[in-house]
Amino acid sequence: MNRILKKTQLSDDVFQLRVAAPLIAAERKPGQFVILQLDSDFGERIPLTIADADAEEGSITLIFQVVGKTTHRLADLHEGDCIVNLLGPLGQPTHIAKFGTVVAVGGGIGVAPLYPITRALRQAGNRIIIIMGARTQRLLILEREMRALADEFILCTDDGSCGRKALVTEPLKELCARVPKPDLVVAIGPPVMMKFCAETTRPFGVPIVVSLNTIMVDGTGMCGGCRVTVGGATRFVCVDGPEFDGHQVDFDNMMQRLSAYKKLEDHAHDQCHLEQEIKRQQEAAS
Amino acid sequence: MSHPTPQQLADQARAALERIGPGCPALKPKERLAIPPQPMPAQDPQSRRRNLREVALGYTPEQARLEALRCWQCKNAACVAGCPVCINIPGFIQAIVEGDFQRSVDIIKEVSLLPAVCGRVCPQEGQCQLTCTVGKALKDVNQAVSIGRLERFVADWEREQGRVQVPPVKPATGRKVAVVGSGPAGITVAADVRREGHAVTIFEAFHKPGGVMVYGIPEFRLPKAIVQKEVETLEQMGVKIHLNFVVGRTRKLLDQLEQDGFDAMFIGVGAGLPKFMNIPGENLVGVFSANEYLTRANLMRAYDFERADTPIFRSTRVAVLGGGNVAMDAARMAVRLGAQEVHLVYRRTEVEMPARVEEVAHAKEEGVIFHILQNAKRILGDAAGRVTGMECLRYELGAPDASGRRRPVEIPGSEFVMDVDTVICAIGNEANPLLRQTTAGLVHNKWGNIVTDENQKTSLDGVYAGGDIVLGAATVILAMGQGRVAAAAINQRLAAQDRPKVPPLEGAENPEISI
Repeated sequence: MNRILKKTQLSDDVFQLRVAAPLIAAERKPGQFVILQLDSDFGERIPLTIADADAEEGSITLIFQVVGKTTHRLADLHEGDCIVNLLGPLGQPTHIAKFGTVVAVGGGIGVAPLYPITRALRQAGNRIIIIMGARTQRLLILEREMRALADEFILCTDDGSCGRKALVTEPLKELCARVPKPDLVVAIGPPVMMKFCAETTRPFGVPIVVSLNTIMVDGTGMCGGCRVTVGGATRFVCVDGPEFDGHQVDFDNMMQRLSAYKKLEDHAHDQCHLEQEIKRQQEAAS
Repeated sequence: MSHPTPQQLADQARAALERIGPGCPALKPKERLAIPPQPMPAQDPQSRRRNLREVALGYTPEQARLEALRCWQCKNAACVAGCPVCINIPGFIQAIVEGDFQRSVDIIKEVSLLPAVCGRVCPQEGQCQLTCTVGKALKDVNQAVSIGRLERFVADWEREQGRVQVPPVKPATGRKVAVVGSGPAGITVAADVRREGHAVTIFEAFHKPGGVMVYGIPEFRLPKAIVQKEVETLEQMGVKIHLNFVVGRTRKLLDQLEQDGFDAMFIGVGAGLPKFMNIPGENLVGVFSANEYLTRANLMRAYDFERADTPIFRSTRVAVLGGGNVAMDAARMAVRLGAQEVHLVYRRTEVEMPARVEEVAHAKEEGVIFHILQNAKRILGDAAGRVTGMECLRYELGAPDASGRRRPVEIPGSEFVMDVDTVICAIGNEANPLLRQTTAGLVHNKWGNIVTDENQKTSLDGVYAGGDIVLGAATVILAMGQGRVAAAAINQRLAAQDRPKVPPLEGAENPEISI
């Protein structure tokens, strides 16, 4: 039952687990996610994107950052341990087609869901430009794998410890100004990064797809906790998403909703790196 | 008015029974009418506001017998016509009078599978008790024989005595049936189909079985141990339950039917997509669907602040929108989670409220403040996007609408602001789109509900459906009733296919083996 086959530490607080889940491995497509829970009575249900899958082995790969109590406990599990409850694959798969030139922008842990999408887009015959960003070099994940998919690869860190000292929006703007401009941007990362990627592409009329990771309970449409405002209408991330037109998403509302339980979570959690990153990027952006 | 203790009610009932005399007295209708209706013993409102334990405590045997003696045993049995599954109501009540509680519960179980649940959550005053002759004679539906309480009494008696029997299962037929969803409809189908010797697997998306009885209806109205017992009985019958499996995503329904060796399938997934009001401010922090609020509190146990990892909003002033049972559940849960004020806002009047009379009464006793003929216009928030208030409009009743109820009409200029930090929407559910999106050829109506024939068969061969996904928002008893019809049709279908079934290869047929 959902045995952990391999555990790898990718950076300080980012872990990769290969988990036995044959049914999910067989059905999942890029862009989909799972919900997991570590204790049936008192555990929390959290959504995690599926970074990769091996249908033959019957396994899926999960990459997560330790941001709260559940991810902390998940990081404490060892190879051979089981994840009690694992539900998926959930959400609408990414629309994969030949668009032409696609810019894939990944920030921090967002590179994990971006990787299978980029690979599928490459297999569909698109020219792939990758922009990868992180606060600092040691927080970069899947760099080698992403490089292997890229026709053009741009690396940025906030502190300049590796690649360009820039936010991902800087090279994105340059790419949008090129002639011909990119046909599509796919951006996955912290909400504030996706928000500013959307703002960067908007004046150029370059379409952008973003993948949202919101608060969820059931992940099948039943609770509506994940709802976001897209184009003025309410949409559910779990059944309508997780991917939406980035130009239509109300990111400010989404970020407010993500902080709904912040006080309680802060109380329960030692540290929340993601929040720090959002704060940093917000400061940097303003 | 002081709250009568269970002991006081029991003593009164015992004294009244002594006056009537022992055995089964042949009472005249007039004498029966003179017996006072037995109130349901309940936890004191002041103490139950701070605990999750069941509010209604159940009749004592004396109360049950006294209440049963109120029944006229009328020949036309109007109550049976009011029951969605036609339980032999006079029969089970007479058995209580005779003190034969086992026979009583056996009579109910001839047609109803979940009497301990239905006795608690059925809207009896709109069904069997609405048509009860005693209620008519007393010109008050609330003075009808308390059929639901009596049903609950014998079901609880059987369970508490450890007398619940695992129904016999016929020899294996080699046929396999999949049941999608483990709510009231699914449980009923699973039991009825399994009895005929067919292998049954229930697929449940959540990590616990029971559907709405576990995630939706709170512990204080339906203790989870009762649902657990029903599920255990199913497992003892040999029904397999596959948790964490969402049909349509984990495996497509048609793949299960065509590749996994299932001979028939039943869809009982519930409604499962909360409606919102479509008013400004609805996505502010502090606005929840009742589904989310109750799932956090019930299934995820967020009420246990110390132990549960799932957080729940710590509200001070709560507004609940709606007038059904779910609205009452959400409001009463908010009280128990420590809110100082809980306001229930409903745009019609109390007469039109779809909630059970008992739930409305309990909510009021617990301090929920009712605002009728009012409705939310928009929700107000602060700079951080958190709810600070709700602008409401007042309504008056106009001409009757299509449902026969007088339509509420807004009073222009009647806006006012209610000072709240939390808004819970309990205005119903739509059909969840997941199965219809992933199952080609499954016909649904314009609201997304699956269309079935009178045998609950869908547009797909071998696929049946029932409960809220067919009915829209309905009740446990209606879901169970449709489950019984579907199970009979499935059993008939499988019996008609008299060719011997070759068992599929080991391992290839059973997805549950591999994980």
